[in-house]
Amino acid sequence: MAKITYVAHDGTERTVEAKNGMSVMEVAVNNSIPGIDADCGGACACATCHVYVDEAFLTKTGEQQEMEKSMLDFAENVQPNSRLSCQIKVTDELDGLRVTTPESQH
Amino acid sequence: MSTQQTKDIVVVGAGQAAAQAAQSLRAGGYTGSLTIVGDESALPYQRPPLSKAYMKGDFAEERLYFKPAAWYEDQKIEVLLGTQATGIDRAARQVRLGHGGHLPYDALIIATGSRPRPLPTPGADLEGVHDLRTLADVERLRPKMVAGRRIVIIGAGYIGLEAAAVARQMDLEVTVIEMAPRVLARVTSPVISEFYTAEHRRQGVTILTGALMSKLEGTAGKVSAAVLADGTRIAADMVLAGIGILPNEELARDAGIACSNGILVDRDARTSDPLVFAAGDCASRPLVHYGRTGRLESVHNAIEQGKLAAAAILGQPRPAEDCPWFWSDQYDLKLQIAGLSQDYDTLVVRGDPAARKFAVFYLRNGTLIAVDAVNSPPEFLASKKLIMSGAKLAPDVLSDTSTPMKDIAAQAAA
Repeated sequence: MAKITYVAHDGTERTVEAKNGMSVMEVAVNNSIPGIDADCGGACACATCHVYVDEAFLTKTGEQQEMEKSMLDFAENVQPNSRLSCQIKVTDELDGLRVTTPESQH
Repeated sequence: MSTQQTKDIVVVGAGQAAAQAAQSLRAGGYTGSLTIVGDESALPYQRPPLSKAYMKGDFAEERLYFKPAAWYEDQKIEVLLGTQATGIDRAARQVRLGHGGHLPYDALIIATGSRPRPLPTPGADLEGVHDLRTLADVERLRPKMVAGRRIVIIGAGYIGLEAAAVARQMDLEVTVIEMAPRVLARVTSPVISEFYTAEHRRQGVTILTGALMSKLEGTAGKVSAAVLADGTRIAADMVLAGIGILPNEELARDAGIACSNGILVDRDARTSDPLVFAAGDCASRPLVHYGRTGRLESVHNAIEQGKLAAAAILGQPRPAEDCPWFWSDQYDLKLQIAGLSQDYDTLVVRGDPAARKFAVFYLRNGTLIAVDAVNSPPEFLASKKLIMSGAKLAPDVLSDTSTPMKDIAAQAAA
């Protein structure tokens, strides 16, 4: 289990409980966090679950995978801490994770 | 239509389009009664993993559901599962239910989806002959998918080939029977067909094209072989049919709503009855980037039409109409498709299929109309935008892998 805080583009925050094994995207969708569309449901096919990972958690969330990297290359306002949230698996280690959603997924 | 006049909305069907419409209605501020009527026993779930990761056992069932049960309660969305909608009384604005009773509506969304085209082959009713459309279908099939067993898959469309990849990865003996001269003939070019044929054969799948089914044979009521028109007999422990789907349009048609290979809708997902909308596989819609109408069997379409219907009901601005897009996972190959390639006059290959990372672009009169991108997200994502903008692109520019796709897109947009 981990607590994850989602920060919206306007600064609004929500903290939710996340089950291990789910993705950060799935936790967001199950909790109706706005700003994450995730049209493809986590198949890494659509690039609509872009988030910015809090710097403190960058090593724990791991590296961008090759497919993910090339998808993010086409997202708006990409930063070095950009990830597709469908590719981040929840583990105990991620307790306290903060991710920020971008202004738009398209 | 304003939200004040709309007090009761009924959504018939409980798939992706239905779930999206309900979600968008609530997100759009609709506070009246909202009922989803579904004939399956499960809450709305994703279908794409059924022929991919879920079938293989790599994906927990709870992850299939769009929303947990608590969400529907919280959102005051009543979900009637295992319930058939048997008719629409348009004059009385009521949906009749199979177990008796009816639901009144001020706006109705038909999102009844589609059903597998039934196998016309003698023996199709034998035990061990399966479809792949619902969670229940996978539950019936998966326990039989044991290493060493023989599965015959009829139809080499995306469902058939995805299932073949999963079965092969589970060490079954896999034969795919396709009537057309090549796999994926209905949806893509010979370049992609050849690539996937070669890949499946390399993985050990037997692919028979131009193969006509004669019958399925059984022993004690259970399927034991597929027999082709030329007499070839292929022993089978199970058969999976994947020969396309038919739109579930009967509910609309029987109520006098216009249908033609799908329930006809306008850009707002509105049917010939202004209070009735249709979304997803069951609807035939304007394809605005292609100047024609048609049915799209896809996640993108279900989501988009769900949003379009909700916005139209709430009198809100029409959401964006995206270029159609699709994906297919087979082995370690991710195929991402943007646009509709039918009617192309020029085909351009970018990259080398042997590298398992390439794209095929489709042009018509110099305009990009579609791409099939294998392990190539940049080609897919760039093309989505280029197709929507109606960009003209030279074949030699597209095939030049020394120029990144991002630069090609930027130049075309300039």
